[in-house]
This record gives sequence, structure tokens and C-alpha cells, in this order.
Amino acid sequence: MSTAAAALRSSIQADVQTKLGPRFDVDFGFRSKLQQDLLPGGIPRGAFTEIYGPPSSGRTTLMFSALAHLTRQPEFCAYIDAADTLCPRSAAEAGVHLPHLLWVRCSGNSEHALKATDLLLQGGGFGMLVLDLTGVSLRDARRISLASWFRLRNAIEKTPTAFVVAEEQLNAASCSAKQIRCRASNPVSRPGLL
Amino acid sequence: MFAALHASGNPELLLECARYFSPRVERTSPDTVLLQIAGLENLFGSPHQIAEALANRAGIPINVAVAADADAAVHAARGISGITVIPPGKEATVLAPLPLNLLPGSPDAAEALHAWGIRTFGQLAALPPLGIAARLGEEGVHLQRLSRGEAGRQFRDLLDPVTFEEHLELDYPVELLEPLSFLFSRMLTDLAQRLASRALAANELHLELALEAAPPHRCTLRLPVPMRDPAAFLKLLQLELSARPPGAPVLKIGLRLNPVPPRTQQHGLYLARAPEPEKLEITLARLSNFLGAENVGTPKLIDTHRPDSFRITHFAALVTKMAPQPEGETPVLRRFRPPKHAQVLVAAGRPAHIECMHLRGKVLDSSGPWQSSGDWWTREPWDHKEWDIALPDGAFYRLYEDCRTTRWFLEGNYD
Repeated sequence: MSTAAAALRSSIQADVQTKLGPRFDVDFGFRSKLQQDLLPGGIPRGAFTEIYGPPSSGRTTLMFSALAHLTRQPEFCAYIDAADTLCPRSAAEAGVHLPHLLWVRCSGNSEHALKATDLLLQGGGFGMLVLDLTGVSLRDARRISLASWFRLRNAIEKTPTAFVVAEEQLNAASCSAKQIRCRASNPVSRPGLL
Repeated sequence: MFAALHASGNPELLLECARYFSPRVERTSPDTVLLQIAGLENLFGSPHQIAEALANRAGIPINVAVAADADAAVHAARGISGITVIPPGKEATVLAPLPLNLLPGSPDAAEALHAWGIRTFGQLAALPPLGIAARLGEEGVHLQRLSRGEAGRQFRDLLDPVTFEEHLELDYPVELLEPLSFLFSRMLTDLAQRLASRALAANELHLELALEAAPPHRCTLRLPVPMRDPAAFLKLLQLELSARPPGAPVLKIGLRLNPVPPRTQQHGLYLARAPEPEKLEITLARLSNFLGAENVGTPKLIDTHRPDSFRITHFAALVTKMAPQPEGETPVLRRFRPPKHAQVLVAAGRPAHIECMHLRGKVLDSSGPWQSSGDWWTREPWDHKEWDIALPDGAFYRLYEDCRTTRWFLEGNYD
């Protein structure tokens, strides 16, 4: 009887540990670094920064680290989500203070995302504006005219807002003041879990 | 300090005039209004200048009296023509010549005083208090204090319900939003001025449009912060009506504002930078107009283990209490909404090959499964087996098998 109980107990324990334990230990290694030098050196205010790279290169982790840092200053930030891919639970786990975040979901329409960005930039008062184009197809992202990027660049100038565009490839070219490239080179730092 | 306004036959004008200067107004009698003027010195100057401003505002000949005692001001306004300013401590001297019939005594007390030959405030004030108390009791003492300008009673604020409503019946039915906007603008400007005259703002705007051959169109705009800017109200109304038009020509317009105390804000060098509430509200309304209200706001997590559970709440730029920042770095998931259906080949109990839209290839590595299920007591239960997988494109994905349908879905990718 005691053997059966012990077996059952170990089975349940293993099951519970599997469910509650760490599930995917990927370390992109941004947060500790960003908390020290995100602003003003890393992502400039009053300018346009592009973060680009392939999927799983840590672009979202980088943006969430920046948002976590600013929403806890506390400042208010806006996230214009062109493809509706933001996971609020992941954002909260990354340290973003959600009540200080305005989330604008554009359901894959990049024109709406640009229009929303324009409106929020004109309104002002945000510490950071993130335009997330990573879920938008490359063709749609490239359709955004250079004139639109120039307009956004002019709107952000002389404001205390940091404007970040996340994408798979560079689109704004010379309009952006800074380009941060993320590479998907061996993000799994702790072997054995996959 | 108090100011009393007295004029016969125009009670509403007196009230309106008093409210233009102070939100604290007392309707002492149909022909007399009392208001508190403490704090108005910075705006209008000395008490005499305040009294002059009150008289000018009324536009008709009225008596205005200013005194430190409420009853002294009232009696002076009733008994002395023009503007009277009673310096503190001089109430008895100024009130002395006034006739006794201005005092609110009972007929018995008035008869007794008349029999004694007392005709003015000064004569009553000069009588010995003990003698008055012995002969006329408490009422006599009170009357004597009134005659000396020493009653020192409490101010009784006028708390009658004030409504901020405007109605307009149109000569002919109007179908387009643009001509309606002109009418809204005029009505909202009037309402905002009335709010400002009472030092109030509004947190709700109710619109009712009577339509031709259709039920009335009603809408309510709830504002996160009290406002009284007619331009902001107008813009919000225009956005609301362009998103949800009335659907038939308009015959009559009704606008109502819900009055509340205005927002007070102390600006500081070290306060959080935040969008201006009025501007933010208009921006949010504009965004909601083309994206839908359910797509603009602040995500709020729901206390459940169901994947992707959240609701969108209205975004208000208010600093809220923060939970401690989580320790460590958890991988960030980007969700596919809705999850992408995938064809998965399973080998040795693990996903071995996947095909999903543009993704196709061997699963290089996998971790799992993590089982989660819940809400089995509702109509929308879930039962998932989740896997984390690495694909040849170098990306990491979350994959799950719906145990109820045995179908596979890509839930998102780690980034």
C-alpha cells in the first residue's frame, strides 16, 4: 500500500512540477543591460529608432524591456500593434506595467497602424510609442511610403517621446535616427531543455 | 466676508449674478441673495470694488452690501440704497439708523418694542441685554444681536438641483451631420458657460435626438476626467455620431451635461509625463472610430489559466500602484490570433514534422508537453497539450494539440 501511495505521489509531484516549472528557458539577455542604458543613450527621445531582425531574434524582448523600464518610471507608453500579436501576459511577466500602456490593435492593417501612430504622435504626452510591424507581411511593410516615414520623423522631432518601429527588415531607411539589429544567433543559452 | 444683493421683483437675475461671482450662494428671501466673497480679492480687488462689480454685473439698479456678518450684510442691503461696505467692527454704527421693521421678529416682540418707543436698530442695540432677556426672552436677545450686526449665523448654501440642459426644436428635419454640428456647438458653448459660472465641469454628456419616423436616438459619452471645453465636447459628439449615425432626419436636439466639481491638478517638475486628458480622450475616440472601441485601451489580465485571457479597458493616464518587477527573464511570446491550424507528424510521442501555411519542416527540437485544461463546467472548456518547438528557420514556436478535437495549432512564437 505504501509503495503504491509513494508511486502515486511521485507521479503527481512530477506532473505538477512539469506544469508549474519553467517551460522554455530562453535568455535573450536584454533586460539587465537595458535598465542601465536604455535612455537616453540606447533609444533616443525625440527621434525615430528601428529595431529589426528575424523571428525569435529578441526584438519583442527588447521592446518589452524598454516598455517595462519606462512604464515603471512611471511614464505612459503606447503600443500600436499592426498584426495584433501582443501577449499581455508575456508583457506583464516581462515587467511592463499594463495600466500605463495603451494598446492599439490594428488587425493586420498597416495603414490603420500608421494612422493611429500619427494621431498618437500629434496628441503627445507619451514616453514611448512603439509601432510593431513585425507581424505584417514584408510586402505590406515595404508599401509604406517614404513620405509617411518622413512625416512621422518630423512629428516626433522636438518632443520628449521615443518612437520605436519594430520590423523584420529596415523600411524607413534614412528617416530613422538609429537602427538596432537583432540576430537570431543561438538564443538558447541553457542547453538540455529543448 | 459676505455680500448681499437686494432688488424687488427679479429673483432669478440676482441668483444668476451671485453665481457668476461665487459658487456659494444663499437665497435669503425672494428679493435678497447672499454670497460668500472670501477669496475674490485677488480677482476684483477691495470689497468696494467687488460690490461695484456685482452691481455692474446685475445691469439693473440693485442694493449691494458687504459685511463680515451675514445678517448685517442682508439688513444693510435691504435698508440702504446703492453700495454699502461695512468695515469689520463698524456693523452697529452703520446699521443704527435702519428701521426696526427690517428685523425678522414675531408680532408680539415687534409690538412690545414699538410700545417701548424703539424705532431703529441703534435704539435696540443700546438697550441693556439683561433687561431685554428678562422681558423678551431668547428672541429679544437674538433681535438685539441682529441689530448690532453680531448674530454670526451659519451660511446656508443654496443646494437646489441645477440642471444643465439645452433643447432645440428644428424648423425642418436635418439629415447631415455638418449642420447639426453648428447647432451642437452653440448649445455646448452655452452649457459650458453655465458650468463655468458655477465653477463646475461635466463628466457625462447625454444626447437625445428626436427623429422623423423613428425612435429617438440616445447616446451617452462618459468622460474619464471632468471637462468643460465645448470644443472637446463637440469633437467627441461628432466622432460618436459619425461612428453611430442617427439613421433618420433629426427633428429635435436635447443635450444634458452631468455637473461635477472640476479636476484639480498640481503640476510639478518631477511628476510623470502624461497625455493631456482632454486631448487624449479625443485621440482615443478617433482611434475607436476606425479601429473599434474593443481594439483601443489598456489590457487587463483575467484571473484564469485559459490561454490569451484578457479584456480591454478604457485607457486613462493615471499613475497606478505597481506590483514589484518580476525577477529573471521569461521568454516573450508573440501570439497568432487566431492560432494557426497545423498539420503535425508525431513520432515517439513528440512532434517530428510540421506544416502550417508558409512554415514547413522538421521539428529540430521540442520540449513538453505541458497540459492545461479548465472551464470544463462551462460551454467553452479547453484542454491543451502544449509544446515548445524549434524549426529550421531558426525560430521557436509554441504548438499545442487541442485534446478535445485532436487538432494541432501554432499558438505563437518566442521573440
